[in-house]
Amino acid sequence: MSETLISLASRGRSQGASGRIALRELGRFRRYLSPLLLVAVWQAACASGFVSTRLVASPWQIAQTAASLIADGTLTSNLGVSLLRAGAGFGIAAVVGVTLALLSGLSRVGEDLVDAPLQIMRTLPALALVPLFILWFGIGETPKVLLVALGATFPIYLNLHKGVRSIDPKLLEMTRTLGLSRLDTIRNVILPGALPDLLIGIRYAVGVSWLMLVVAEQVNAESGIGHMMMDAEDFLRTDIIMVGLLVYGVLGLLSDQIVRFLEAKLLVWRPLARGAAR
Amino acid sequence: MSAVLKRAQSELATVAVHAGSHEDGNVAVIVEGLTRRFGDGPAVLDRLDLAIAPGEFVALLGHSGSGKSTLLRTLAGIDPVVEGAVSRPREVSVVFQEHRLLPWKRVWENVVLGQEGKDGRDRAAAILEEVGLAHRIDAWPLTLSGGEAQRAALARALVREPGFLLLDEPFAALDALTRLKMQGLVGELWKRRRCAVLLVTHDVDEALLLADRAVVLERGRIRVDMPVALERPRKHVDPVFEDMRETLLKSLGVSI
Repeated sequence: MSETLISLASRGRSQGASGRIALRELGRFRRYLSPLLLVAVWQAACASGFVSTRLVASPWQIAQTAASLIADGTLTSNLGVSLLRAGAGFGIAAVVGVTLALLSGLSRVGEDLVDAPLQIMRTLPALALVPLFILWFGIGETPKVLLVALGATFPIYLNLHKGVRSIDPKLLEMTRTLGLSRLDTIRNVILPGALPDLLIGIRYAVGVSWLMLVVAEQVNAESGIGHMMMDAEDFLRTDIIMVGLLVYGVLGLLSDQIVRFLEAKLLVWRPLARGAAR
Repeated sequence: MSAVLKRAQSELATVAVHAGSHEDGNVAVIVEGLTRRFGDGPAVLDRLDLAIAPGEFVALLGHSGSGKSTLLRTLAGIDPVVEGAVSRPREVSVVFQEHRLLPWKRVWENVVLGQEGKDGRDRAAAILEEVGLAHRIDAWPLTLSGGEAQRAALARALVREPGFLLLDEPFAALDALTRLKMQGLVGELWKRRRCAVLLVTHDVDEALLLADRAVVLERGRIRVDMPVALERPRKHVDPVFEDMRETLLKSLGVSI
């Protein structure tokens, strides 16, 4: 008797749930509707001559250009160079930022030595250093990688430092009553406790990396997506410029998704993160 | 099996510390002339003397600012002994008002935090069984209810086989029903383990339900030190209970 009741009830619920899921799928599709419409209007405007294709390439043209750029290897080789620069710069930033943040977060002496100069340098717009970097490091790969590294170091440093400093003192007190050594406290309490802030810093840093890369590659470069775009400017090839923009956009989106994925994986203990991962 | 053996061994070790730390084997904790002041203010603890026997359950009452917390923090080793002397067993555990579990470690990892040995999970499982939380052994602390979290904190305190257990208003943040259950649990655990306990509380009833002795602190000195010689389990309806309750409340400045 009771079994049938339960099975009936659960069937009813699952039907309701599947209906809701179908509705939600529809809703998600609806979100893509307006961007698609915009692209269609754009295409129509270009095709009818309402907008000059000299100023704005049509979506179709952009797609064709992208295909040919991929086919002749231009896009892939430039993308590879750009990825390498961004990756190297971000890697340096991660190592330097994390090291400095731990130095200044875990020791008073470290904070006195490290924090003040970094806080001063942070207020400088990193992009203003481009001319200086070119004078110092020439026009090779070094200034580009270093520019990315410089820009991305600060968000990592600032967020991790804040994370280490804002560990709940009550937890630290508790570890003292448990007799944990300093090293064990750092490993079990401070580092995992600061991880959410580090991940926020990394997310910002990834965004800054792309920004710095764009500038570095447009100022003085012989390769990379930015160079490809600047080259296209000389020949009024708005389609190639648009392809470059598209690539930057996709790169930004992808890297953001990777960090989000990392957050969901590493912060499973947060009820919020678990909900997002599901 | 090995957990039981280890427990027995560490009990022996604790006893040895007792014998080593003071001549009198009948005292677990001795506080002598403990004075503490912050800045130029009045003494928070004023030449305080207190002795707790092994296995004795002492309730510490007092208003906010009476020095309860400072005494507890000093006994827990969080605050330094500046003036006076404190002697206590080597293994001292604290349960705070907040559970203070690490949110990024599962319940069992929290319980055996800082404990050596590979059988951590088994030891955690045994102790969690004892506090009635075996079913949440792999849970994340942020998913626990208030009562469950406090049980986990209790398990973390007990897994160290403390000779002296400090309870800092551990039930204050719980709802009334959960509090009753937790008080019962603490009474049970103490009966089984017989470690010395100092329970800091605002709740006179709680003190009379659980403790062998109720101590009222006022301006850093002990104002009342009253043995609670009642049969367990204790009942509110007992006229002696009611008398004691009145005495304690009066000493805390509450007249009924």
